Amino acid sequence: MSSTERPGLTGGADPAERAGWGEHPPRMGFFTDTSVCIGCKACEVACKEWNTVPEDGLELTGMSFDNTIGLSASTWRHVAFIEQQAPVGVPALPAVPGQAAGIRGGLSGPAVPGPDGVDGAMRWLMSSDVCKHCTEAGCLDVCPTGALMRTEFGTVVVQDDVCNGCGYCVPACPFGVIGRRADDGGAHKCTLCYDRLGVGMEPACAKACPTDSIQFGPLDELRERARVRVNDLVEAGHPEAQLYLEGADNGIGGAGAFFLLLDEPEVYGLPPDPVVPTRSLPRMWKHAGLAAAGVGAMVLTAFLGSRTDVR
Amino acid sequence: MSTSQPGPASARGTNRGPAESHGGRHARQGQRQGRRGSGRGEQFMVPRAEFRSYYGRPVIKEPVWKEPDVPAYLFFGGLAGASSVLAAAAQLTGRPGLARAAKAAALGGISISTVALINDLGRPARFHHMLRVFKLSSPMSVGSWILSAYGPAAGAAALSDFTGILPAAGAAATAGAALLGPAVTTYTAVLLCDTAVPAWHEAHREMPYVFAGSAASAAGGFALLAAPAREAEPARRLAIVGAAVELTAKKLLERRLQSRAEPYQTGRAGALLRAGEIVTFCGLAGAGLSRRSRAGSAVSGLALLAASALTRFGIFEAGRISARYPEYTIVPQRERKQAREAEAGAAGRSGRP
Repeated sequence: MSSTERPGLTGGADPAERAGWGEHPPRMGFFTDTSVCIGCKACEVACKEWNTVPEDGLELTGMSFDNTIGLSASTWRHVAFIEQQAPVGVPALPAVPGQAAGIRGGLSGPAVPGPDGVDGAMRWLMSSDVCKHCTEAGCLDVCPTGALMRTEFGTVVVQDDVCNGCGYCVPACPFGVIGRRADDGGAHKCTLCYDRLGVGMEPACAKACPTDSIQFGPLDELRERARVRVNDLVEAGHPEAQLYLEGADNGIGGAGAFFLLLDEPEVYGLPPDPVVPTRSLPRMWKHAGLAAAGVGAMVLTAFLGSRTDVR
Repeated sequence: MSTSQPGPASARGTNRGPAESHGGRHARQGQRQGRRGSGRGEQFMVPRAEFRSYYGRPVIKEPVWKEPDVPAYLFFGGLAGASSVLAAAAQLTGRPGLARAAKAAALGGISISTVALINDLGRPARFHHMLRVFKLSSPMSVGSWILSAYGPAAGAAALSDFTGILPAAGAAATAGAALLGPAVTTYTAVLLCDTAVPAWHEAHREMPYVFAGSAASAAGGFALLAAPAREAEPARRLAIVGAAVELTAKKLLERRLQSRAEPYQTGRAGALLRAGEIVTFCGLAGAGLSRRSRAGSAVSGLALLAASALTRFGIFEAGRISARYPEYTIVPQRERKQAREAEAGAAGRSGRP
């Protein structure tokens, strides 16, 4: 659809520059390589602990090991668990250079017949989801108070002392990341640990990740590293390996947090082709203007030739 | 009614059980079955779109805006905005009774709207933060500024009329409210459509016209109810034209969206919108036929007010449902992506977004 080709209102190659930061550090972000995620949830815990994020409901979902359910105002990292029957003959995932081989076996157990007649071993998909810190951020675009802002690192954060809890950012996010907390009435989401970045530290989740599934750094470097990694995986016989949101040629103009996935995005709960709603906003204002003129025209029509003496 | 169960057909199937998460590649697939909201049990399949999702969980967040606050705001804001235009035109053409009724509707409507909006905030004490900045990229920011100019104008116009003091200022306020009124009625369509909510966003082309028609019909309906009969003819015409515009725009919306209009046609949203259509039609016909009956006019006006409210509640509900079920987000995106990839040819798998 043409909406993915037009530039957005607030995008650009350098969002910090565009937001008015003069001298500023390079754009920082996350590369989450799900092929080495072991589902330990250390990122979830480290995030909660560092950012003092409150409890987000305690329930057993029956969704594999996932009782976190999804990102929300009080969950800024979420590990998804998918148990799959993989086709026979899918080789084990290659190790990341510099790490011990077999840090994650990929496939395990004997081949068993699957429900669709596909024989294959069981495979786990695990992925730590997070705010994408979009180049064209829907939440930031629609925020009426200026509570959501672009930082000098190119990330998107909520200023809690400004937010009045209007809730507009919540349905404006194409990923369902940001939420409004019932107790304090404000919107909350991942800050990419703005406080830690400011003193040269890496975000808590990346620090806690034992397998370097969550990698933090300048976005340019991460993108290069990710391309090398996905090529390695494809060459090792994993054609399903794909990068998600790593380029700028998508509906959000690029992301500050992107992913290497081993299946289609929707399997992980991610939208396959997200587009920031504000890309269509100029057209929407045009139609609203025409419709407003239409209200005037309707009233005019109603008065033309109307007599006052009808009983 | 066969369409009264909420959510898409696939959501009611058996493909949501956690046990199936252990399945293979097709474990989380669903099938989308097209349903038409005819209410006669009629069903047929649209081209089957298969989709996969994460345990049937929504991809986007449902709006946190409350019911009845926000749909009520859409209705009363529309009533107020269109009434202000009606009031100015009535005053200019020497219909003081009609003008007074419309000004009362504008003041009442915008007062209720403002209370509903502030009540809906997570932190109502900070409502004034809306005026910290002006952002064209935020329909809510634009709307807040429009309302902060429109509200006092509508209020001054009404108070001056009721009390008879400062008639010149009252006339200026009437004119000001009439200029801003149309914006009050249609910016709310942009407010809903500038979200990732599929049913709202995909309807952004027609929604402002639905809202404009609905607002005009409500304003005409109220005046038909409240204005002196001998001045009510323009209100009657406005009600009829508005109702016709609303019905037409809604039909165009459903026709263009085709199967993606399903949230507007099924479940509670479908029931509200169908009821709205029927009541609109009755009100429209009644308004046309009741020229000589004061009671008939009043009932028709009331029907059109109710119809406008039903439409707003139905549209609000359709958005919520389309956010709640992942297929409404995933299937159109998957189709769009596949179409684009087919166009681009068989490029390498890696490096694609």
